[in-house]
Amino acid sequence: MLDFWFFLEVLVGGLLSGTMYALVALGFVLIYKASSVFNFAQGAMVFFAVLSFVGFMELGLPFWAALPVTVGLMILVGMGTERFVLRPLVNQSEDTLLMATIGLAFVIEGVAQLAWGVDVRRLDLGIRDEPINWVMDKTGMLVSQLDVTAAAVAGIMVAALALLFSHTKVGRGLRAVADDHAAALSIGIPLKHIWMLVWATAGVVALVAGMLWGARSGVQFALVWVALKALPVLIIGGFTSVPGVILAGLIVGAVEKLGEVFIGPFFGGGIEGWAPYMLAVLFLLIRPEGLFGEKIIRRV
Amino acid sequence: MTVSVASAVERTAAVEAAVQPVLAVKNIEVIYNHVILVLRGVSLEVPQGKIVALLGGNGAGKSTTLKSISTLLGSERGAVTKGSIEFRGQRTDQLTPGELVGMGLVQVMEGRHCFGHLTAEENLITGAYARSISRSQLREELDRIYAYFPRLKVRRSSLAGYTSGGEQQMIAIGRAMMAKPNMLLLDEPSMGLAPQIVAEIFEIVRDLNQKEGVSILLAEQNTNVALKFADYGYILESGRIMMDGPAKALADNKDVKEFYLGMSSEGRKSFRDIKSYRRRKRWV
Ligand SMILES: Nc1ncnc2c1ncn2[C@@H]1O[C@H](COP(=O)(O)OP(=O)(O)OP(=O)(O)O)[C@@H](O)[C@H]1O
Ligand SMILES: [Mg+2]
Repeated sequence: MLDFWFFLEVLVGGLLSGTMYALVALGFVLIYKASSVFNFAQGAMVFFAVLSFVGFMELGLPFWAALPVTVGLMILVGMGTERFVLRPLVNQSEDTLLMATIGLAFVIEGVAQLAWGVDVRRLDLGIRDEPINWVMDKTGMLVSQLDVTAAAVAGIMVAALALLFSHTKVGRGLRAVADDHAAALSIGIPLKHIWMLVWATAGVVALVAGMLWGARSGVQFALVWVALKALPVLIIGGFTSVPGVILAGLIVGAVEKLGEVFIGPFFGGGIEGWAPYMLAVLFLLIRPEGLFGEKIIRRV
Repeated sequence: MTVSVASAVERTAAVEAAVQPVLAVKNIEVIYNHVILVLRGVSLEVPQGKIVALLGGNGAGKSTTLKSISTLLGSERGAVTKGSIEFRGQRTDQLTPGELVGMGLVQVMEGRHCFGHLTAEENLITGAYARSISRSQLREELDRIYAYFPRLKVRRSSLAGYTSGGEQQMIAIGRAMMAKPNMLLLDEPSMGLAPQIVAEIFEIVRDLNQKEGVSILLAEQNTNVALKFADYGYILESGRIMMDGPAKALADNKDVKEFYLGMSSEGRKSFRDIKSYRRRKRWV
């Protein structure tokens, strides 16, 4: 018989890692919504961000100093990208912009390794990747402290962004730009400021995502591929929907872990790697706009 | 003493306004994509506080003229290659649309372009984005706009994408008015709307013109309605001004009646002409 607690343990583990997929995907959505650019360099930004953070700590900065310094650096990187890579390409096709971000990804990866070296580093956030004792005592489930903390941080980040979008002036401006560039321009919303803001925010989101992933699996080049994990999340959630990618992140996390544990054995394991992509393909077939993929409101 | 000084100032201001139009377009030529010549020497003027209509059929170049003025042309790979445009005595060619909004010139684009996923009220609020005003001032401004568009007050928390075509046009105009403009460029506000709604919107536009003193350049295919509300009109064809004059004179002109008001000595143009015209618009 299937053990309920064990099932729940796997599910919770999956959901918790799902929040982190959602966080990476959120970086993509922000930029895609505001400027219709698929930012291929998001993974590189994640890598660059956390590598810089660890680098600053190695240079002797304490945690609480390294954090704002890196945040500042990522804001600069985000704004610089907007200013020097994308703005000169304004009015070009989406393909051209995608190519530009692919190039950008290589540049950022290169600069990151030049500046900080290629060694794999540990990032110690002071939280152990160990089961929480009282949960284990009560239910027998193994739920990692680190996973819970990471999920909480991701959750706070998402909530803060949601508030920013719905209740502030720039948030309203951002949604307006996402809806209709030309109209936004025609009433004097400064597109450039909005784009800079979005890229800066994506930079900070990349840092947070990088720290959470880095704390789990070490700060290494492989973090670049975290972005690939976000791809099925984006397809399932819809490229333009913030709630969509959050839910999709949770789904992908859960499917991955549940599939690995309960279905994997029939295939000889290793299902975790491709299950999300299978799911994404299914979605492409039956619901190409994604879960809440933004309905295009059109009335004539 | 002070009274006479004030009136002297007023008088000079009035004289200035009479002499200098708020908008002057001088012999402009516009090219899209470096090759497609669309405007071939268009000149027009809008006097302070007046409504001027720019009339013409599909593809005549009305929208292109308006976009040249607001400099929105830049984001469509179009460029003014000859001539000049002056708004309140200042050349606009080096300005961005945002800067012109700041100076008081706002375009309401063809096809309304509301922010579909924002509510009607949020749409209006975005119109004041570039102004730094306090919350209470914003509230006052909203109320001022709702006074002109009572329907929008009712619909204020609906998503703009789900409002009717007429309401969307009102949102678009109201949003532009939130920028506190001196001058509005209206591109086909009657497009796709029932005659009754068109009349309602034009009444409001006239109201805005009279009470807020905002000058208006109005691009329209609906010659009939436009000439009823405008002070002066220009007729544009294939990128050239063919005729211009006071609205009343144009409305009474035989050629205008025949070619633009769908009336001729043989009665109305046949329905078939109008239909093929529509079809062309859809495919081209
Ligand atoms: N972005 C563009 N690139 C190339 N050609 C364009 C572009 N926009 C408009 N044109 C061309 O310029 C000409 C004038 O177009 P414009 O939109 O100014 O006409 P209009 O008078 O506003 O017509 P309508 O009543 O259909 O809106 C048309 O022949 C059109 O095909
Ligand atoms: Mg037009």
